Amino acid sequence: MRLERRDTPSRSAALLAPVAAIAGTLGVASLLVAWAGAPVAQAYWLLLEGGFGSRFAITETLTRATPLILTGLAAAVAFRARLFNIGAEGQLYLGALAAVAVGGLHGGSGWAAPVWLLFPAMMAAAALAGALLLLGPALMKSRLGVDEVVTTLLLNFIVLLFVGAMLDGPMKDPAAMGWPQSVALQEPLQLDRLVERGRVHSGLPGALVAALLLWALLKFTTHGFEIRAVGANARAAAFAGMPVGWVTVKVALLSGALAGLAGAVEVAGRAGYVTLDMSPGYGYSGIVIAMLAALHPLGVVAAAVFVAGILVGADSMSRAVGVPTYIADVIVATALIAVLVATLFTQYRLRRGPRP
Amino acid sequence: MPADPPSPPVLRLTGITKRFGPLLANDGISLDLAQGEVLALLGENGAGKSTLVAILFGHYVADSGTVEVDGRALPPGHPRAALDAGIGMVHQHFTLADNLSVLDNVMLGTESLWWPFSRRDAARRRLVELGMRFGLAVDPQARVAGLSVGERQRVEILKALYRGARVLILDEPTAVLTPQESETLFATLRQMVAAGLALIFISHKLDEVLRISHRIAVLRGGRLVALLPAAGADKPLLAEAMVGRSVEMPRRAAAPARQGAPACELRSATVLAPGPAHGRPLLDGVDLQVQPGEIVAVAGVSGNGQAVLAELLCGQLALDSGSLRVAGRALPARPRTFVDAGVARIPEDRHAVGVVGDLALWENAVLERYHRPAYARLGVLKRRHAMADAQALVERFDVRGTEAAGVHTVTRRLSGGNMQKLILGRALMAGGAARTVPPLIVANQPTWGLDVGAVAYVHQQLLDAAAAGSGVLLISEDLEEVFALADRIAVMHQGRLGAARPARDWNLASIGLAMAGGGQRQAAMTAGATA
Repeated sequence: MRLERRDTPSRSAALLAPVAAIAGTLGVASLLVAWAGAPVAQAYWLLLEGGFGSRFAITETLTRATPLILTGLAAAVAFRARLFNIGAEGQLYLGALAAVAVGGLHGGSGWAAPVWLLFPAMMAAAALAGALLLLGPALMKSRLGVDEVVTTLLLNFIVLLFVGAMLDGPMKDPAAMGWPQSVALQEPLQLDRLVERGRVHSGLPGALVAALLLWALLKFTTHGFEIRAVGANARAAAFAGMPVGWVTVKVALLSGALAGLAGAVEVAGRAGYVTLDMSPGYGYSGIVIAMLAALHPLGVVAAAVFVAGILVGADSMSRAVGVPTYIADVIVATALIAVLVATLFTQYRLRRGPRP
Repeated sequence: MPADPPSPPVLRLTGITKRFGPLLANDGISLDLAQGEVLALLGENGAGKSTLVAILFGHYVADSGTVEVDGRALPPGHPRAALDAGIGMVHQHFTLADNLSVLDNVMLGTESLWWPFSRRDAARRRLVELGMRFGLAVDPQARVAGLSVGERQRVEILKALYRGARVLILDEPTAVLTPQESETLFATLRQMVAAGLALIFISHKLDEVLRISHRIAVLRGGRLVALLPAAGADKPLLAEAMVGRSVEMPRRAAAPARQGAPACELRSATVLAPGPAHGRPLLDGVDLQVQPGEIVAVAGVSGNGQAVLAELLCGQLALDSGSLRVAGRALPARPRTFVDAGVARIPEDRHAVGVVGDLALWENAVLERYHRPAYARLGVLKRRHAMADAQALVERFDVRGTEAAGVHTVTRRLSGGNMQKLILGRALMAGGAARTVPPLIVANQPTWGLDVGAVAYVHQQLLDAAAAGSGVLLISEDLEEVFALADRIAVMHQGRLGAARPARDWNLASIGLAMAGGGQRQAAMTAGATA
């Protein structure tokens, strides 16, 4: 058996690919479920029900999807320009910290500014923090050729340690009984709940608007054109006169800002303060989501809801049949690999025949 | 070449058919090859030559048909079997490890993994003996990185001979050689044929094909359309068989050079190598003038600084010393300023540099000018406008392959010729609908890898542009092209550019000598004598 390139990517394969990928993923995961001693069909049913099966499940899934949409967009736009930003996790934390720095109850009351001024300032600070964090790696990439995968990945750990230091130091909440957590946001800055008895908040429509804006930016503007051209063939873009280094910097600012906003939205929409475990890897999941969505901004919304549903559903499955919740991580990771393989098969076909 | 080839067929292809989806790449091709015979394989790009060779080698499995060596069928899909049966190939792009010696390269992959000792001495003796026998002198200890292109090619041939090749396939072997080096290669090939080897010679240079081969097989659209003895064949006949219609290659009619400010003027232009080799000049005191309405060709063996010259004139590279003026103005070294100054630029590598393959045709059509007010307002692309102009380009430059998706065709899907038409159109239609003429056209290997019809088209466009008043700088390794188009020719060797002299003052011998550095060595010697 061997791979042979298709002359034209197959349309039917392109449509079948996601379906096959999900089927393959569930197949692999069912081995693990069976190994954990649970009935496979029932476990999957519980997973589905826990993620999407009730009003509560749906609101939980959408709550979880909100930061994932933003980190997914952050990864998607960066990857479109071949800027491999693996640092969304750090950008998210720094954004969250910046949000609290602007809007937190420092000294018991916080900055005495009107909400209409303070709320945009808080969001802007979060976006700026994320953007500036990615600016360094982007400049090092375009000026010195330093691999951004390494720098952004390592920055995550630096940022987490920095956040830890801040939560134990200047930004520590004195009322938290020794827990390392930041002061809370001012009450009026926190995002409104969208429904009764559900945690889904107005960050969700915000994230959807961000996805729409990003889609329009990529499709209709000169900036988007530059991003797509530089990502697809930087040499040709440079030859045609595009400012490749500047495009990389613009993309870095945009991607970092989106990840920073994810942090602010998560703080303002859920806990109201920063802790060191506020993100169960949203930044990294954003990468998976962007890949599942083939880097399409609107696809990111769907992929984020899918991943969020699995993560939420796995919790209730775990409670009901005693399968470890890690199964959710395995499913998401397997889904990524399966989608990559499935995409490969839209461009290649398997040939029976002797190995060359 | 010697008269009749001896009879027994060493290689026989019978009814080879290969289909890729809707494309019939090989359609019932039957060929045989006798010992001591040279068979030329002619055909445009996409005619099925590569597919046929890949099947011969077992890289592809034919849908039907057989490959026989010495009357025994080769198992399909086993490259190893093809090698063992004595089929060797010299690729156009060499497959040598630069950091290893000639001997190591030749031995690579021939030794048993189960035998702990290397048989280097025996291998060296055999290599030297093969070299002597076929006139392929190369020092076995030399590192490949230090060899010239001609020497590397000899190593490739030795590699195939060392492995016991009896059928040798040469893919465009003269594309990288000077005329003199080509002569040496032909002498070697004649010796190999005399020793009983059979050769398949893939080329698109009809002169060579007629000289070196016994028989000529012409492929077109996957079919074998002609199989004829070389004796009695001529160029027009072969060209017509390849294209399927008669092709008239445009030639430059003598035109008086126009007066006025030169379209492009280089004075003592010097560019130094970056990085660890810093200080070595890549371009060494180059002087060059192109007048409006004139075509000046820069000839030379690949890798002698032509790429640097092209990058310089496309705004991708800054001078270290000297000056560059385009239409009388000194320009900062940025591609966009060159585009804005009206320089029409045709890069050497159309896939990697000319277009963004994954973008649509219309997006590539405006790739250089999307930011202009004609195509953008407040950062929003005027998509309709850009698409309309792209449509105009497709029509005016006859870009084919867009029937299904129009200007939304993914550019990667275009054939090389149509991609080049798109690049040409983008460069020449600078003024949009208003047909302004670019002051300077920089064309680097504009017809590399194109089929005959597309070559004729590109040449005609360049001639028309020159007639309309553009200064054309043509950088080319194809001497036929250089002689067909140029008013004046300058030869580049090791970063230095000789004087541009009228085309009629050159002939193949003198240009070949200059390409090998002969002219300059003479000049240097005279200079030394006077000093």
